[in-house]
Amino acid sequence: MALPCTLNRYLLLMAQEHLEFRLPEIKSLLSLFGGQFTSGQETYGKSPFWILSIPSEEIARNLMKRTVCAKSIFELWGHGKSPEELYSSLKNYPVEKMVPFLHSDSTYKIKIHTFNKTLTQEEKVKRIDALEFLPFEGKVNLKKPQHIFSILEDYGLDPNRIPENPHNIYFGRWIADGQRELIESYSVKKRLFIGNTSMDAGLSFIMANHGKVKANDIVFDPFVGTGGLLIASAHFGAYVYGTDIDYNTVHGLGKASRKNQKWRGPDENIRANLRQYGLEKYYLDVLVSDASKPSWRKGTYFDAIITDPPYGIRESTRRTGSQKEISKGIEKCPESHVPVSLSYHLSDMYFDLLNFAAETLVLGGRLVYWLPVYTPEYTEEMVPWHPCLELISNCEQKLSSHTSRRLITMEKVKKFENRDQYSHLLSDHFLPYQGHNSFREKYFSGVTKRIAKEEKSSQE
Amino acid sequence: MKLLTHNLLSSHVRGVGPRGFPLRLQATEVRINPVEFNPEFVARMIPKVEWAALLEAADTLHLVEVPKEPIQGYEHDEKFLRKMHHVLLEVDVLEGTLQCPESGRLFPISRGIPNMLLSDEETES
Repeated sequence: MALPCTLNRYLLLMAQEHLEFRLPEIKSLLSLFGGQFTSGQETYGKSPFWILSIPSEEIARNLMKRTVCAKSIFELWGHGKSPEELYSSLKNYPVEKMVPFLHSDSTYKIKIHTFNKTLTQEEKVKRIDALEFLPFEGKVNLKKPQHIFSILEDYGLDPNRIPENPHNIYFGRWIADGQRELIESYSVKKRLFIGNTSMDAGLSFIMANHGKVKANDIVFDPFVGTGGLLIASAHFGAYVYGTDIDYNTVHGLGKASRKNQKWRGPDENIRANLRQYGLEKYYLDVLVSDASKPSWRKGTYFDAIITDPPYGIRESTRRTGSQKEISKGIEKCPESHVPVSLSYHLSDMYFDLLNFAAETLVLGGRLVYWLPVYTPEYTEEMVPWHPCLELISNCEQKLSSHTSRRLITMEKVKKFENRDQYSHLLSDHFLPYQGHNSFREKYFSGVTKRIAKEEKSSQE
Repeated sequence: MKLLTHNLLSSHVRGVGPRGFPLRLQATEVRINPVEFNPEFVARMIPKVEWAALLEAADTLHLVEVPKEPIQGYEHDEKFLRKMHHVLLEVDVLEGTLQCPESGRLFPISRGIPNMLLSDEETES
């Protein structure tokens, strides 16, 4: 599908990780910077090559300052399914758009990337030489060129069936790389303070991007744990709040989650995590609090709520209980002096979370959270619903053969009026999710079945 | 606990509703924590502040130079914003209590962290 020449077309080279999460990330970021997601491409499923129309180079650069899903972006000058198509496409690219980067005072170099195939040096040189027809007037500088141009050849995704010729060839001017290096620099392996369920760094940045977090926002995590999700938001300049029902985790006390370490040291708490990355100034406060019974006054002051609620597997789902429940043998947290019940149904938790978000988010603010599902029973109707919140995206990450979790992003589109008005509507919508209240049993049911199967086959 | 936070917290003891705000602050240990001044962020917070509650808390802590109300054109008034920055973000209550003005229930603050947990009987249904 041909796009009018007046629109600026860009080629995004995507990382082949978290495939479903990529499109919502790019869409959210484009919307954050005043662009809109428009493209001529039919599908973005598995391909690492995305062609987009972006209104300006400034928006493209801003996008790359945030994305962890995209490796690089190029101003697209031509593309085709064969070298001939590529050259003809390049000849159609307006010369006046090329000239600013090719004039005699400038320096440049041409790189070639091939995907799913290795070329010899000779083959690479041949392809670069074939572009001699382009009006390059500048000097080649391989060390520190002002402009970098790239040929990208796509040989498909199947390493066992590499075609003779590429499916697609692209040529463009390199603009910027994305933020994938954050994944390594913020790696949980190097973090001072971790818990059993600390979020993988890449996903925590994706969550902040789905949440359209921006500088000077206030971001809140009601199930903050060790604060991993807050770190990503703070990195993007947001000020952060967290609460957790677990006194020890919030204070950074108790048993360490790291192997070979017994107790948490003095430098292990959420504030220290932010300090480790030079982000302490974004730390507002953390509180010991029950997310189902929030202590925030009436009002809208959170720009985003980004959280990973407990699924009841490695961390228990809890809320504060009553004196009557103590006799049923529940955990009593000595420090907090309040009985903490072990049974908090998952569906109730999402009911509370969505209501809380609808009430305290600013209009246009986003809620981003993980929803665990038992795949054989999952249907889209199970995704929690709220009249004030619009569903933006729903991305699956497989956990095991029969369970996965879904990253749900919602945006507040309507002012919250009266809590009671919505309760009966909400409870109807949550009935489909009720089956997941025993998520813990379902999660482990696959394991017990497999063990039984293995025992059976070993006896045969 | 920062005074910005105190300004956003309310008691959720059963039956108190909006009368649970503001919580009465009592501090036994306070620290002044320098935080990098960011005028844009402070300006964003001004419309969210409940001023009477802020003044009451500042008074309890014997803070001086606390603006009595937002002034016209505060977004560009660096002097005003710096004062607000100090009050909202640099005063840290390390030890103390927050008290529900209606029920009298105390919420302790230790190591700078408030504990807002209540049992089932004490909270709204």
